[in-house]
Amino acid sequence: MDFSLIDVGPIWLSLQLAGVTVLILLVLATPVAWWLAHTRCRFRVVVEAVVALPLVLPPTVLGFYMLILLGPHGWVGGPIQALTGSSLSFSFAGLVFASCLYSLPFVVQPLHSAFESVGEIPLETAQSLGASRLDAFFSVISPLARRGYLTAIVLGFAHTLGEFGVVLMVGGNIPGKTKVISIEIYDRVEVLEYAQAHILSAGLLLFSFLILVMVYSINRRLPVHVT
Amino acid sequence: MGNKRWVWMVIWILGAPALGGAEGAGKVHVAVASNFLNPLKEIAKRYEQDTGNTLILISASTGKLYAQVRHGAPFDILLAADAKRPALLEQEGVGVKGTRFTYAVGALVLWSLDAEKVLGVESLKQMDKGKLAIANPKTAPYGKAAQQALEQLGFWQKLQPFLVRGENISQTLQFVATGNAGLGFVAKSQVKDPRFKFKGSRWEVPSSLYDPVSQQAILLKPGHANSAAKQFLQYLRGPAAKKIILSYGYRFLEE
Repeated sequence: MDFSLIDVGPIWLSLQLAGVTVLILLVLATPVAWWLAHTRCRFRVVVEAVVALPLVLPPTVLGFYMLILLGPHGWVGGPIQALTGSSLSFSFAGLVFASCLYSLPFVVQPLHSAFESVGEIPLETAQSLGASRLDAFFSVISPLARRGYLTAIVLGFAHTLGEFGVVLMVGGNIPGKTKVISIEIYDRVEVLEYAQAHILSAGLLLFSFLILVMVYSINRRLPVHVT
Repeated sequence: MGNKRWVWMVIWILGAPALGGAEGAGKVHVAVASNFLNPLKEIAKRYEQDTGNTLILISASTGKLYAQVRHGAPFDILLAADAKRPALLEQEGVGVKGTRFTYAVGALVLWSLDAEKVLGVESLKQMDKGKLAIANPKTAPYGKAAQQALEQLGFWQKLQPFLVRGENISQTLQFVATGNAGLGFVAKSQVKDPRFKFKGSRWEVPSSLYDPVSQQAILLKPGHANSAAKQFLQYLRGPAAKKIILSYGYRFLEE
C-alpha cells in the first residue's frame, strides 16, 4: 500500500475532535451519572431516557436539529453569532457540541454503573472522617470508579471517532475544520478512490478493534470495588 | 390464539415488500440525480397516468448513483447530472450502447435566503464574512460548475475560507435555505421548483463562466429487457416531459 496517498489532516482532526469531546463529557457526565446513581427522584427515569436517546435515534434526527439549532438563527447558534460574529454550524466548535450530545450515553452509562457499584458507603465513611463532599469524591470515589472512567473515556473516544451522519449534515466538509476521517472515507468512496478508502477504513477498523480489546481486557483485570 | 395472529402479522409485514415486487410488469427503476428529482416526479405522474406503468425513483448524487450502478444496483435507467458518468458507464459496458442522450441542460444560480439582497459579481467580491455553499466539486456536477465560475471570476482562491461543501446539490440548497450559509451556488431548477417556498433572491450566473451542465440519461443493463424502461426514455424526449423540464428552468441542447 502506498501511504503517501493519505492526507493525515482528517485523521488528526478526528483525534482532536474525539479528545476534546471526551474531556468535556467527563466534566459534564460525572455529576449527571452521580445524580442518576444516587437519587430517588421520580424524574430519574426521564433523565435516563434522555441520556440514552442518541443510542436509538438515527444520526439524521440529531443532524437535522443541530442544523437548525447551531445556525445563525438557531437558539444556540444565534447568541454565539451575536457574541463571536460566526455561528456554530460548519465549525469545529459546532462539531464538538454535536459530538457531546452524540456520545453522551457512552460516557454517562459506564460512570453511572460504576458509581452504583461503589455505593454511598465509601463517601459517607470519608465524610464521617472529616472530608468535604468534593474532597471525598476525588480522593475516594473516583479512584474506586476508575474502571468506569476508563470504559467511559475509551468508548466516548471511539464512538466520536466513528461519528458520520451528524458531521455530514452540519459539517460542510471543510478541510482542517470539519472534514473528519469518516467524511474523508465517504468522499474517497464516492469518487472511486478505493485505495485511499481502503487504507483509512482498515486503519479505523484496526484501531477500533484494538481499543475495544483494551477495554475488555482492562475490565477483566481491574477488580470491582464493592464495599 | 393471540400469539398466532402475531406471528402471521409479522410474516405479512416482513413479506409484503418482497411479494409487492412480484406482481405485474411495467415497473421501471429510475436512478435520478438529486437536482432532477422533483421535475421527474411530475413527469412520472403524467407518464404513469398515460401508460399505466409504474416508476420507482431512487435519488442521490450522481457520483453515488454511479458507484451503486457499477456495483450491481438493479436500476433500469440512470438520469445523471452530468455527461461524464453516463459516458463512463457506456464504456464499461454497464450502460447500453447508443442509448445515451442529453435530457436537460442545467443552469447555475447564486442564491440567498434574503429577498432584499441584490446579488451579482459584487456580492462575491465583497464577501468578507459568512459562508458560501457549493456542492462538492469532486462529486457533484453543479459543484464543478460553481468552481469553474469562481475560477473564471478570479475569486476561487480568495473565497476558500468561506466555502462549505454540500455532499450534493440538495444539501447545498438546504445549507442556504436554513440560513446556515448566506449565499450558495445551486441549480436554477431547485429555486424554480413550484414546491420550493422560499422567496429569497437569485442571480443567474452567465453561462459563459462554466461548461454547460449537460444532464444525460442512459439505459442500464438491467433495463435492457424492460420494454417499459425503453418506453420511458422515449417519453422523456417527448413534448409532455419537455414542457415540465422547461418549466424548471432547464434548457435543451438544440436551442
